[in-house]
Amino acid sequence: MVDKDKGSKKVSRRKFLVRGGLGTIGIVAIGAYIFRNPIRRQILGMVNSIEAPYTDNTDKPMVWFEVTTDNDIILYSPKMEMGQGTFTGIAQMAADELSVSVSQIKVVHAASSTGNVDSFATGGSTSISGLWNPLRELAAMLRVMLLKEAAVKMNVGVDELTVEDGVISGIKKTLTYAQAAEGVENWEVPYVPALKNKKDYKYIGQPIPRVDLDAKVYGDPIFGMDADMPDMLYGSVVRPSKIGSTFVSADITVAENMAGVVKIIVEDDFVGVVANSMIEAEHAKDAITVTWESHENLDTATITKMMTVGNGNSTTIQKNGGAFNEDDDFETLEFRSPIGAHAQIEPNGVVASVEGDSVTIKISTQVVGITRKEVAKRLDLNIEKVNIVPTYLGGGFGRRLHTPYAVQAAVMSKAVGKPVKYFFSRKEEFQHDMFRPPTHHIIKGKLNNDGYLNTLEHEFVSGDVATDSALLSNALTNFLGADVGAIRGGFIQYTAIPNFRAVYWHVILPFATSWWRSLGLLANTFAMESFIDEMAIKAMKNSVEFRLRQIGEEPIDIRLKNVIKAAAEKANYTEEIVDGRAMGFAASIDANTPCAQVAEVSIVDNEIKVHKVTVALDPGLAVNPDQIRAQCEGCVIMGMSAVLYEQMFVDDGELTPTIYGPYQMALMKNAPKEIDVLLLQGKDTPGAVGEPPLGPIGAAIANAVRRLTGERLTQLPLKLSARS
Amino acid sequence: MKISFTVNGESMTVDIADENTPLLWVIRDTLNLKGTKFGCGKAACGACTLHVDDEAVRSCSYAVKFAEGKNITTIEGLGERENPHPVQQAWIEEIVPQCGYCQPGFMMATAALLNKVPTPTDEDIDKNIINVCRCGTYYRMRKAIHKAAELHAHRVMNESKEL
Repeated sequence: MVDKDKGSKKVSRRKFLVRGGLGTIGIVAIGAYIFRNPIRRQILGMVNSIEAPYTDNTDKPMVWFEVTTDNDIILYSPKMEMGQGTFTGIAQMAADELSVSVSQIKVVHAASSTGNVDSFATGGSTSISGLWNPLRELAAMLRVMLLKEAAVKMNVGVDELTVEDGVISGIKKTLTYAQAAEGVENWEVPYVPALKNKKDYKYIGQPIPRVDLDAKVYGDPIFGMDADMPDMLYGSVVRPSKIGSTFVSADITVAENMAGVVKIIVEDDFVGVVANSMIEAEHAKDAITVTWESHENLDTATITKMMTVGNGNSTTIQKNGGAFNEDDDFETLEFRSPIGAHAQIEPNGVVASVEGDSVTIKISTQVVGITRKEVAKRLDLNIEKVNIVPTYLGGGFGRRLHTPYAVQAAVMSKAVGKPVKYFFSRKEEFQHDMFRPPTHHIIKGKLNNDGYLNTLEHEFVSGDVATDSALLSNALTNFLGADVGAIRGGFIQYTAIPNFRAVYWHVILPFATSWWRSLGLLANTFAMESFIDEMAIKAMKNSVEFRLRQIGEEPIDIRLKNVIKAAAEKANYTEEIVDGRAMGFAASIDANTPCAQVAEVSIVDNEIKVHKVTVALDPGLAVNPDQIRAQCEGCVIMGMSAVLYEQMFVDDGELTPTIYGPYQMALMKNAPKEIDVLLLQGKDTPGAVGEPPLGPIGAAIANAVRRLTGERLTQLPLKLSARS
Repeated sequence: MKISFTVNGESMTVDIADENTPLLWVIRDTLNLKGTKFGCGKAACGACTLHVDDEAVRSCSYAVKFAEGKNITTIEGLGERENPHPVQQAWIEEIVPQCGYCQPGFMMATAALLNKVPTPTDEDIDKNIINVCRCGTYYRMRKAIHKAAELHAHRVMNESKEL
């Protein structure tokens, strides 16, 4: 275990910046330099049991807050809002330390020009846990600074002042924060004051409505796709349909002369069209004949064969005891998961404007810092001249952890001297996704005479998840021996078993694979928790009791046991079939957050129907319990979509299907009518929420199916064998 | 060609080069109403759902020429912050949206359903609400749809009392 508090280094006074004015009286913007060790955290943040604090490595000031003349506080968020509710959580955290009403906090995405650029990413379920200390410290410092100025203006001592809802009250008069800030030129920067006690929280811990609720219910233009610029043209980029294609040449003679076409741009690595309208750009793109050099024609069977334990390089990621090489009487099961698409509804898109040596880019991205660097490098510009203006994301799920499309839009804009907007078609979005890699698992176990496991081994293989990406290079996998994303959930959590081992195999696929919400957790937990269930059946034990007995005694183990007990109790877990329905149980730990789930399932017309899912989650301190519930509900539904329906194929060298429907996903009719979420608090700081609840759902459903039909399903998506 | 229609109660005429342009792009780019979303362009996800003469239509696959003389409603015209449509009110009360991108399409589809079936059963909902939501908000959406039906019924009742 790594001591979490090491991540909460205090904000140094010397690293603190206050900007008064900005041309408007009554505004104070405060920023801070925070030094961290980014590489260390990039590694650790992805590993199973460790939470990543907020990461940055800038030596430039970062603007966090602005006090407006209306006495609102603008909070510049370096973390993107993609549905996970981060804006609401950080508004609550800031409101409590600033002693303002949460409605006075206006959270906006920090454009990179504010300096508040997260050099890593919005991902890994780290936004709230990572900002928990730094953001509250900064907010508390601002409160103290404003109180000090108010005291001077009122000619009283700071101790004589109280503050509520951003209004400072002395004995005789009151001042708003805006009034306190007005005209101040030399701010005194305090040491980090003591943070508030839990009993004094007004907003932290409350299920307040999302701060972006209205904007999202009334259709406000908040997404990347909604961003326009004056005199904007439309771009389109030609993409190959076959895996592994490299560009050879392009015939643009027809397209060049088509209506509305402004320019065709042929670069070394892409061909782009700029036209007056999106439709004209698309038509012209279709008229370009590109010659590609591509791989031999791949198919799903070839990929599946590649993705088999024993191929590639292996690393033992966890080991206890011995006795792994006996080849006698092991129970063995093999599991497989398919290629998965992100399928977020807002396609990747960007609008870029290059003017002289400055670039402005509006984009839905999870990686502001990386996108900025890529654009600066391609256009050979000073990075300070590239302003990335992030928007709300119409779904992230890891799909936007690399957004090189900003580079293409910037190149096109530079070529035509006007802003250019471009976005993916749905077909491109499916074909050029950076997929969840397929996996294969071989799990072996041996029961002792008491009917508990004496030996348990998980060998699994995956394509790249975290590494070989824009975020982390493949050198890191070579260095660590394992892809830190692929191994999430791959560890054995039943550490009371005398002999256990987890072995990761790394295979490089011929197409891009990457981060898909929860990374390896979905497939790894499906495999392991299905196997555990099968062993419990073999041992003729209740599977909940079977689990509890084989979990260790570390703090995280105790928390895991608590969520298991809570879920079983809340769901009235039984292994009997009642009214044609069976329950399935599964549990996992991801990023230090344990989760247990019970799925209640029946078979309707030979299809698996999920009626109810009970979730017990221990996220630590729940900053916003309602949004944590929403994440649990969303994970259950996205997870069941993935484990029951979703699958990409490779056919004649092309990734397919390329449209919703054929790429089957959960719809309203498939979603459980009941999702019962129980939140436990096993530690007093906030932990990961956005991904951990994706772990148990696959095995929970499969285990219920096993009780109902006797059939052990070992492949995702789960399909019942045909029955008469 | 010139095409005349009503959008959110306002009569207008637009000049569109290609009459087969999907209505979605006229709404989004010509009229700058960005609440109606592009998701797939093939009427497969429903993010672009709006109303044409009170019917839910997937506007990415509906040529603008067919909108001549029609009455179009988008999410911007469904209700307003001071006077939300029952569907929007229910969405707020149930705190439905996560990323929010698909939500206007779902709300428009729900409003169209309630016009025809004021108190839909779960089966009605399953059969008619067939848009795609990646965040998995279906569970709250179902609750919100039932709540919207209640709010809608109250409103109709109150209106008839006033008459």
